[in-house]
Amino acid sequence: MADASYPADLLYHPEHDWARVAPDPADPAHPEATLGITWYAQDQLGEIVFCEPPAIGTLLAQGEPYAEVESVKAVSDVIAPLSGEIVAVNDTLTEEPEKLNDDPYGEGWLVRIRLTDPGEREELLDAAAYLASLG
Amino acid sequence: MRRIALYDRHVTAGARMVEFAGWEMPVQYGGVREEHMAVREQCGIFDVSHMGQIETVGPGAQALLQRLLSNDVEAMPGGGAQYALLCRDDGGVLDDLFTYRLASDRFLTVTNAANHVRDLQWWRTHAGGFDADVRDRIDDYAMLAVQGPEARELVQQLADFPLAPRHTAASNRLAGAGVLVCGTGYTGEDGVELLLAPGDAPRVWDELVRRGATPAGLAARDTLRLEACFHLYGNDLSLERNPIEAGLGWCCKEDTGFIGAPAVRAVRAAGPPERLVAFAIDGPGIARQGNPVVGGGVVTSGTLSPCLGVGVGLAYVPAVRAAVGAPLEIDVRGKIRRATVRDKPLYRKAA
Repeated sequence: MADASYPADLLYHPEHDWARVAPDPADPAHPEATLGITWYAQDQLGEIVFCEPPAIGTLLAQGEPYAEVESVKAVSDVIAPLSGEIVAVNDTLTEEPEKLNDDPYGEGWLVRIRLTDPGEREELLDAAAYLASLG
Repeated sequence: MRRIALYDRHVTAGARMVEFAGWEMPVQYGGVREEHMAVREQCGIFDVSHMGQIETVGPGAQALLQRLLSNDVEAMPGGGAQYALLCRDDGGVLDDLFTYRLASDRFLTVTNAANHVRDLQWWRTHAGGFDADVRDRIDDYAMLAVQGPEARELVQQLADFPLAPRHTAASNRLAGAGVLVCGTGYTGEDGVELLLAPGDAPRVWDELVRRGATPAGLAARDTLRLEACFHLYGNDLSLERNPIEAGLGWCCKEDTGFIGAPAVRAVRAAGPPERLVAFAIDGPGIARQGNPVVGGGVVTSGTLSPCLGVGVGLAYVPAVRAAVGAPLEIDVRGKIRRATVRDKPLYRKAA
């Protein structure tokens, strides 16, 4: 399991989710964002043994659950940090859910979405504020 | 919250502590699967000091326990260990417990932590008319479970006597401490459970860990017991379930006249409407406690089996669909997962 980290280039939702927003020159009003769970989330869950990402085309609403991750012991909802439509999913998690533990900000990404309300970014936390929220 | 004698040891070993029945207990150390496999392949050590103990002593002790416990207490020899249920009049299960016969007139019963107070009250309520003392011993004992193919060999290194064989118990000295060594466990592996004074527990723990026992937490204890198809009270057993439907008719001896025997006899004769079965999910997914079975029934325990690599569990299903090989459909939070009724235990060591 990787050491605790909260990369500065990400935006954070207090329910322990991150978003990496990438500008899209072709559609500047609706950038894409990659979503995942934070180091803290995977550490609290322990070894993740099952994750089935939702289908491409699914609509996400900020603050609402859009996926589930399961440890040996329990199921947890994954909360959408931003609203949008899923354009890609990390299918490798079905076979290798441990990537969520090993590399939560890299190979453990969950979905990529096209944002429907980019203004929602204002409501998310930066790394320092998220880290402070963990107490 | 009550702190077990080994609290500091667990924190030092990196345990994540959780509240369980009023105690702060280690749920896991390094990782559940690693701890699980250590027990299956070598040796794990569990602190289960939250479990309670009731001592029943006196000329009428055997008669009192014969009335309380579902198994034939009279048939238990000195130094014996016996699994039984504690039932209400209607056959509903109050607890499942192991009793050790320490002497002809002295017994020690191990209770589930969450049930201890209620059990003790039940014991005392029914002790009137029996020449027996009922003693709460929960504060007098710490309890360590040392489990796995190498467990006996490892514990034996600390002992100057041959360890109690399976399903027996003997008081002896271990690393200088007085210990009741019991040939019992909750993992499906060989091993022993050690009942000892809380003050001696850290020393015995240290000696066993130093010799290679892997600290294992409640999470691994749960996956191990589920692969072995041992019941967990509160999940698979409750006041609403009869021993027969739980598949525990084998430890109910109605002829002894225990409390609940007529109800158990009636269900045995008529056949229960539902039965507790073991299942494995056919594809991906993990069923959990409370997931409904399509067409009737409910999952009472579910997890990912570290040894089998699939979702497994126990579920009450209509008796007509309880045969090994029967297909089931389980509603896992809105997704229908196909599963198959499996033989118990779910995991058996290759011979």
